[in-house]
Amino acid sequence: MDNQAPPADPLRRHLLRASGATTALIALVTTGALSPGRVLAATWPRDAFTATTFNDALKAHGSAGSTENREIVFTAPEIAENGAQVVIEVASNLPGSQTISIFVEKNPMPLAGSFRFANGALPQVRVPLKMAETSRIRAVVRTADGKQWHAQREIKVTLGGCAG
Amino acid sequence: MSDPIKIRATLQGELTDIRVLMQHPMETGQRKDTASGKLVPSHFIQTFLVSANGKPLVDGQLNTSVSKNPVFAFRARGLKAGDKLIVSWADSKGETRSDETTVGTT
Repeated sequence: MDNQAPPADPLRRHLLRASGATTALIALVTTGALSPGRVLAATWPRDAFTATTFNDALKAHGSAGSTENREIVFTAPEIAENGAQVVIEVASNLPGSQTISIFVEKNPMPLAGSFRFANGALPQVRVPLKMAETSRIRAVVRTADGKQWHAQREIKVTLGGCAG
Repeated sequence: MSDPIKIRATLQGELTDIRVLMQHPMETGQRKDTASGKLVPSHFIQTFLVSANGKPLVDGQLNTSVSKNPVFAFRARGLKAGDKLIVSWADSKGETRSDETTVGTT
């Protein structure tokens, strides 16, 4: 595939970076076996995920300042009876779509998830979310040219899912 | 030991439909235990990876607001029957789980 670096066993890298093996990582980084950007770019971005307001989450995630675009297709119920499981689907028809990030504006921590697509995976995802209350949901798509786009949708929740 | 990840990958024409059930409590840290009345500490999947034939397809990062035992659906182009699909996750307690399947036909 293209000119990409060889896929150095993505599974192992994933488990390594995710298992809290900080010391092992530091050792690898300091010995130059792994470049920091390559390993740490994909870790869990704590600041973005623990931000407690919509605007702070967008900013911390670098997703503020996106433009609305109708090529991002949202499939979600208008009314959700059970906020513990609201299944939403986001698909991007924008060329060069690389990531989809989903924000639930009124949840205690608005950033719900972020997905990166590669090697033939279509830029679309279906995911069940908890919603604390009626809220706007925004999907932010990053394209290969570095631009950001979004689509949003209001979902009414009759029974909040915070406890679920 | 965590419960297995259930994966189904089905070829449908040019596209492969991938469904993944990650069995996990996805505790928010805000729920009270009904018996003790104490808050149940947060415990949730933070990162996961779906890869096919050793190449990453979908790399995800999640928060507590993903539902318990979530089912995800993805689609990919370029796979064929018999290709090996691996899904792995890592959670906020440092636990990990990895399971695999092969792409099937309908």
